[in-house]
Amino acid sequence: MENGIVLKVENLSVELEKEKILENLSFEVKEGEVLTILGPNGAGKTVLLKTLLGILPFRGKVEWASGVKLSYVPQRLPFIKDIPMSVQEFFGLKGALRSGIKEILDSIGLEEDILRKKIGDLSSGQFQRILIGWALVSNPSVLLFDEPMTGIDIGGQESVYELLEKLKKERNLTILLVTHDLSVVYELATRCLCLNKKMLCYSVPKELTAERLSQLYGGEIKLYQHSHD
Amino acid sequence: MTDQFLFSLISGIFIGGAAGYLGSLMLTKRMALVGDALGHVALPGMGLALLLGLDVSLGAFVFLLLGIFLIWLLEIKTSLPTEALVGVIFVASLAVGFLIVPELELLEALFGDISKVSFGTAAVSAVLSVAIFLVIGRIYPKMILAGISSDLAKSEGINVKRQNFVYLLLIALMVALGVKIVGSLLVGALVIIPAATARNLSKTLKGYYMGSIIFGVLSCLFGSLLFKFTGLPAGPVIILTSTFFFLVSLILKR
Repeated sequence: MENGIVLKVENLSVELEKEKILENLSFEVKEGEVLTILGPNGAGKTVLLKTLLGILPFRGKVEWASGVKLSYVPQRLPFIKDIPMSVQEFFGLKGALRSGIKEILDSIGLEEDILRKKIGDLSSGQFQRILIGWALVSNPSVLLFDEPMTGIDIGGQESVYELLEKLKKERNLTILLVTHDLSVVYELATRCLCLNKKMLCYSVPKELTAERLSQLYGGEIKLYQHSHD
Repeated sequence: MTDQFLFSLISGIFIGGAAGYLGSLMLTKRMALVGDALGHVALPGMGLALLLGLDVSLGAFVFLLLGIFLIWLLEIKTSLPTEALVGVIFVASLAVGFLIVPELELLEALFGDISKVSFGTAAVSAVLSVAIFLVIGRIYPKMILAGISSDLAKSEGINVKRQNFVYLLLIALMVALGVKIVGSLLVGALVIIPAATARNLSKTLKGYYMGSIIFGVLSCLFGSLLFKFTGLPAGPVIILTSTFFFLVSLILKR
């Protein structure tokens, strides 16, 4: 694969239970990029992430650069609160040693005493941070992030996205991010991919015009683009 | 204390502990009813074994494997939810089992009879329970992760289908051992209740599975002793002991 390219996707199609979910996607991701994947509900965004992770069957080509380590941050984990488990034990499932965990907690801005807390007792903001931290345990080079909780207070001063930006710099991450939040696209993304089964756009955020978005979301969207200096 | 009762106690303690441990994975998989259903699937096998003069656990195990295979096959061939399939096979097996099991032994097959446990049975139960323990220990973190999210588990490179298959085999083995102690109707409870009790009381995973094991052992131990001193049927007494611990845990949880 060419230098600096982490992921190359060619003519990717996914069919689940005889229903076409994704059709003919082609794109590539360079090292250090933040690719946001935009699209309405049912557009196949999560399916795309899972396919890239190798969980779902597909036709076409998905090629990761050799030596790339992937980590997945799922959208929700509805069953996790049913299980009595401390934060430390949750990290332990991934085989994390105490010293490794400490460094990660520093990175995600949590104190060490959270390790003794029960997962079910965490606030949603703390839980979101822990999920991100969990994904960092294996020291990944690429983070695949499904729909971070937007609009929630994750504690401290920073938003999920500020945290991601910090981690990206600290750890030299490439990030693929599914989101509904357009402000992220303008603030964090280096590229975006609009998806509604087919690929409707693949561009730098600046080129993401109101027309494109209304085409993507069916004309129901209002766009507030922040101005950046 | 007679030797025979000692054998009963030993099998009960080992089987109870292993059942509790296994059950702690069942709740997280929301598979609590599978253990129950498989107990019923065991019944025709137990009936055949009784007719042929074989060990009931052996007959049960063969039919459990068949039942698991059938559920798996129907799951692939139809798009019905697993719960519905399990439900159908569960009731059909109970009906067939009822017809096959000789009338004199029906109560024993349904509710268990620890007064027939021999030295051989106790030894085999202990060895197999230890084996079940060791295998659960190996798959435990992976199963917990798969219980949280199978996608997350798969993204970590865990072969979720294989883990589930191993887990089902363990359940089959556990049920086959358990039917001797509490019978096919109650064996599901032997697996589920200790874990439910431990879950009420624990904040950590370790506390949860250790608690499940301990409540499994204590239920069989105290249940058997109650049977010894009151003469009431052992199977139901063991399950009621287990239920008692569960009720206490509900009160303590508040």
